[in-house]
Amino acid sequence: MKLKLFLPLAAFVVLAIVLGVGLGLNPREVPSPFIGKPAPAFSLPKLHQPEQRLAATDLRGQVWLLNVWASWCVACRVEHPLLVELSRQNTVPIYGLNYKDDPRNAQEWLRQFGDPYTASISDRDGRTGIDYGVYGVPETFVIDKAGIVRHKHIGPVTPEVWERDLLPLVRRLRG
Amino acid sequence: MQAPTRFLPLLIAMLLAWHPAAGWPADAQPTATDPVLEARVNRLSAELRCLVCQNQSLADSHADLAIDLKNQVREQLKAGGSEQDVIRYMTERYGDFVLYRPPLKGTTMLLWAGPLVLLIIGGLAMWRSLGRTTRRDETPPLSPDDSQRLNELLAPGPTRRDAPD
Repeated sequence: MKLKLFLPLAAFVVLAIVLGVGLGLNPREVPSPFIGKPAPAFSLPKLHQPEQRLAATDLRGQVWLLNVWASWCVACRVEHPLLVELSRQNTVPIYGLNYKDDPRNAQEWLRQFGDPYTASISDRDGRTGIDYGVYGVPETFVIDKAGIVRHKHIGPVTPEVWERDLLPLVRRLRG
Repeated sequence: MQAPTRFLPLLIAMLLAWHPAAGWPADAQPTATDPVLEARVNRLSAELRCLVCQNQSLADSHADLAIDLKNQVREQLKAGGSEQDVIRYMTERYGDFVLYRPPLKGTTMLLWAGPLVLLIIGGLAMWRSLGRTTRRDETPPLSPDDSQRLNELLAPGPTRRDAPD
């Protein structure tokens, strides 16, 4: 009978824990349905040599990052110095998906802030972005040697994110 | 009486400046060439969540991505795709999250059954507590003595309260 007295308290504690966990989740981080699936195909003109095209299948056999960026994207400036630093260290090839951008603005932006990309491709109408489920630039995908998407990071890549999530994964995928 | 006349032209100007068009949204919707198609697009995009502003449907949202996705919906329906095709296209890219009515499956079981389970728990708790209250009201019948006293008290007749002040 005494136990019954504690029932409301127990219910409150359970509810508080559930709601507390819920508060800690980030509703903006929509789980990507691509994890563990082949990277969606694309064949797009390169930003610097529009007469050349780059396809997702050209990148088989290596671990690479697909970084979705745009010159109009303010948060891209936040992560950009880190990307430039990574490319200087030759850590992992970074391919840029220049999302819904004017190529002239994009080229000017790279001139100004540095170009960390092995190659950037222009997705002017954003169709490839939609194929990759992009909804908040910048986004970064880790794609393995077999062309399978292993991880997606939404928002700027910070040094913490790089050290904690991306770098260990890249190392593991390289094997 | 001078102030009203002084402000009259200003008032008229303000009234003229107000025009119904001022309240219209800046970007006009793409002109509907086919009202039937447009109705399907709108109905379908009301079922899909805008990823940028998550509490709005694609139909309501004016975010760039929402407009792009709505155009996708329109294109695919125009090309003869079914509503199921469009929904598959969206969920392949953005997951079940884009659906305002998520499918019934293992991971969404709690979402679907949760309200019903809570209702049943609440209903049971209420039923039990109401049952207890009624039982408490079952007071034992009055003893003959008490009954008599009660009748005396309730009997009509002058009481102190009826006495004039």
